[in-house]
Amino acid sequence: MYELEYSMPSSVNDAVAEIKKSSEAKYLAGGMTLIPTLKARLSSADMLVDLKGANLSNVSVSSSEIVIGSMTRHCDVASSSEVLSSLPALAKLAGGIGDHMVRNCGTIGGSLANNDPAACYPSAVLALDATIITNERAITAEDFFVGMFETALNENEIITEVKFPIPEKASYIKFPNPASRYAMVGVFIAKKANGVAVAVTGAGENGVFRCSEIENALNSSFNVGSIDNVEISPDGLNNAIHASGSYRANLIKEMAKRALNEMI
Amino acid sequence: MPDGGSTGIGASVKRKEDYRFLVGEGNYTDDINRPNQTHTYMLRSSSAHAKFSLDTSNASKAKGVVKIFVGTDMEVGSIPCGWQVDSKDGTPMREPAHPPIAKDKVRYVGEIIAVIIAETLEDAKNAAELIDVNYDDIPVIIDMQKALDNSKGLVHDEIESNVCYDWEIGDSEAVDKAISEAAHITSLDIRNNRLIPNAIETRSAIGDYEHATGQYTLYTTSQNPHVIRLLMGAFVLGLPEHKLRVIAPDVGGGFGSKIFHYAEEAIVTWASNKIRRPVKWTADRSEAFISDAHGRDHVTSVKLALDKDGKFLALKVDTLANMGAYLSTFASSVPTYLYATLLAGTYTTPAIHCNVKSIFTNTVPVDAYRGAGRPEATYLIERIVDKAAREMGISQVEIRRKNFIPVDAFPYQTPVALQYDSGNYNATLDAALKKADYDGFASRKAESAKRGMLRGIGFSTYLEACGIAPSAVVGSLGARAGLFECAEVRVHPTGSVTVFTGSHSHGQGHETTFAQLVSEKLGISTDLVEISHGDTNNIPFGMGTYGSRSLAVGGEAIVKAMDKVIAKAKKIAAHIMEASADDIELNNGNFEIAGTDKSMSLADISLAAYVPHNYPHEELEPGLDEKAFYDPLNFTYPGGCHICEVEINPNTGEVKVEGMTAVDDVGMVINPMIVEGQIHGGLAQGIGQALLENAAYDNNGQLLSGSYMDYTMPRADNFVDFKVGNEVTLCTHNSLGVKGCGEVGAIGSPPAVINAVVDALSELGVNDISMPATSEKVWNAINNAKDKS
Repeated sequence: MYELEYSMPSSVNDAVAEIKKSSEAKYLAGGMTLIPTLKARLSSADMLVDLKGANLSNVSVSSSEIVIGSMTRHCDVASSSEVLSSLPALAKLAGGIGDHMVRNCGTIGGSLANNDPAACYPSAVLALDATIITNERAITAEDFFVGMFETALNENEIITEVKFPIPEKASYIKFPNPASRYAMVGVFIAKKANGVAVAVTGAGENGVFRCSEIENALNSSFNVGSIDNVEISPDGLNNAIHASGSYRANLIKEMAKRALNEMI
Repeated sequence: MPDGGSTGIGASVKRKEDYRFLVGEGNYTDDINRPNQTHTYMLRSSSAHAKFSLDTSNASKAKGVVKIFVGTDMEVGSIPCGWQVDSKDGTPMREPAHPPIAKDKVRYVGEIIAVIIAETLEDAKNAAELIDVNYDDIPVIIDMQKALDNSKGLVHDEIESNVCYDWEIGDSEAVDKAISEAAHITSLDIRNNRLIPNAIETRSAIGDYEHATGQYTLYTTSQNPHVIRLLMGAFVLGLPEHKLRVIAPDVGGGFGSKIFHYAEEAIVTWASNKIRRPVKWTADRSEAFISDAHGRDHVTSVKLALDKDGKFLALKVDTLANMGAYLSTFASSVPTYLYATLLAGTYTTPAIHCNVKSIFTNTVPVDAYRGAGRPEATYLIERIVDKAAREMGISQVEIRRKNFIPVDAFPYQTPVALQYDSGNYNATLDAALKKADYDGFASRKAESAKRGMLRGIGFSTYLEACGIAPSAVVGSLGARAGLFECAEVRVHPTGSVTVFTGSHSHGQGHETTFAQLVSEKLGISTDLVEISHGDTNNIPFGMGTYGSRSLAVGGEAIVKAMDKVIAKAKKIAAHIMEASADDIELNNGNFEIAGTDKSMSLADISLAAYVPHNYPHEELEPGLDEKAFYDPLNFTYPGGCHICEVEINPNTGEVKVEGMTAVDDVGMVINPMIVEGQIHGGLAQGIGQALLENAAYDNNGQLLSGSYMDYTMPRADNFVDFKVGNEVTLCTHNSLGVKGCGEVGAIGSPPAVINAVVDALSELGVNDISMPATSEKVWNAINNAKDKS
């Protein structure tokens, strides 16, 4: 790791002021990706502005939505009684990210801002049509995810919370990469008043995406059998040593079936 | 089996060494820091094959830099290979020069091209980024088949071929004749996947030269410090033994990868003289992936000839073995004497022939990894037997029983040089069948089928040769070292004991097992015994730990030294108690005059030996401290039966290990708990090879699986509770009757796993799948089978 400064401001405004001191500064929001890449000198920063002290880790629930502070750790989402009772699929997703150490440090805001194409959270955000609230504005899920490791966030913009509308039912299943245990394919299905949404992470060349083929099938008939006849094209899916595009296409269907089996 | 009392042979004594490891007070090489120490970063080639030049002028001026060395600065000997193998035409193997730092050409990604020594590691890394390297790329040779055509390019121009040797063993005429006359021939093409050892502690080395005395000390993560002293001292740096001390302190796992003499050891030792300061290097994990010797990587074509009843007539094997870019310490012996001599397995196959071409490629050097040659042999034997049984409609159990070497045939001379001393393969098979509930398999399979799942069971009735090795035998086969072991047993004045052993523990639990030997023989508690290892200044001599040799060779040396201690103690006791030494008997730690109630304890005798007021000075020297060397008469031959049961999801290709049973014959068991732990670890690595691990290179020589993001290390949730058992036949040529247990798990299990996968898929017409059997590979096999049907 290159030498760097560290600061932990106590508010979002202070954090923004702090990061503006250097063009090479970076926010630290758990650091479960950033710290290893810094250590391996695959990325660099002259200062880390740690958002841990900015009072962003809280979970609240109303009848229609769950609001999760951006610095809420995966372990806290996984064990939150509010999440477990209102949106158990999200608690399960959070509880399956990485290992204990990752879940004890990694945060939802850090995960979303990084937009790793194999991360779990983006699938929930996209399928549930969550809103990303920042210190500057509200961003819809559809607008937020731009491409692999790319989001709609402006320079220095900070995610403060994520608002998840509560669906009728939801389920998330991932097929982990055997080595990294990231999602090789992760499928989040949400059954909402206005229809079914299916978001896929891990598989797409450009990161998380909605799978309209499966959505159409499930909107016409919400059962496992209707997925059988869906054709998923391997075009645009990742082709790497652990899984080809066509294998991932198959896994999308299979994981969707498993997710559906948990919902029906 | 003796129960050994509380801490003797047969007792599951808790590991004495574990407390310091568990509380974080082990003393590993990277924990050691020397006064005025510098840190070094090895700049490594990013190109697999290139002529290169570099400019270090900016880097030399960077903050904290003490010195930068390049290849031409270090004019020393070549890193040696410890085993000469001759080709079948009698010519010696081709041995290309292996400089510690590449001079003008690099041959694999990871080869050292510059050594940056600085005040801190970060300073060294920062300076390394200022070094300009220009690579003039040369076509890269990765595929062994393509490497055979030397006109397509050479890894080493000066040896004019990519073939290191073209070697054979066995009677090719007899094999060809049997094949031409056989009722049935089974053929199979096999790749034994390349593995990366991944010891939990990465390699580390500190060179410390003392100018005033001319004394060099090397601290290093080694399985065999004396071997490093010899290889590095005599061949690379020209340092005599009395001026070179090698210390291998606590070492966190090796699996073979820490046997070898590596460039970094020579570099830090040499550099500490040049800069007159200690020089420390520790690999990070990414560096370990591209600088630790890899394992396996064979491509083999095999034919088994059988008579109409399924009796084996002949085995014909052709293998290409990857050496990587340079010959590592034992690289040449692994695919020859540690491989082809095992091809009889547990069977009476009368004619065997094996041809091995070892090939240079632009990859990390390949050398011994847990099992070293024996897993590769076992895999092909147990796979071809499985396939033959399927083709001939004989059950997996029956074909094995039909061909086992019977118990009354020992000692059994195989057609490939080895003579097995003992074994009972039906006994281990019977016990494993029971433990695995083979009789219940059909109903479990039916239950799986109800859930849409495929279930399979696979066998491996393997054998291995370890306890390496009789020096005269290996010497005649080209080994450039003896493979004996040495021990010193020092009884201190008040009766406690320190054993100095040339074996080296890096996870095996020697500090406990060896103490149990002392407890058993001298009748004292293991609490009174300390095992010292790993320092060439403390230990008289040693050849180290690999090839499951520590107990069978190192343990026997300790026993021999103890025999000398006992013989001397009896004489001292006889003198003091005024009896004849012949009448002294050792019982439970007491030296008794037979038939009387007079006795002395070991402590009474040792005190007399060191305070020799009443002492047979005419006959004996004072002190009670004896040394012994032991050179084994033969290899030892553990064997057994591994049975794996898997369930496969046909929709995704996921393979779940549902059962793993290992009944092994490792000879006499000293500490059952430690043996069981060794078997568990070996099984984990064996299942890892079969289902998960693979070192993949692209055509440019870049390692695709160069981190844990892509290299699949097995984890606990990949396994099931292992069922482990013992069926003991004693080794006939060592006093303890021990055979060795360190490698059997990794040797026996991979074919059992793959045979189980193939069994599950066989109803679809699949008859082979390569390692690792990943979910995608299995899914593809299922789809291809469906397409064909």
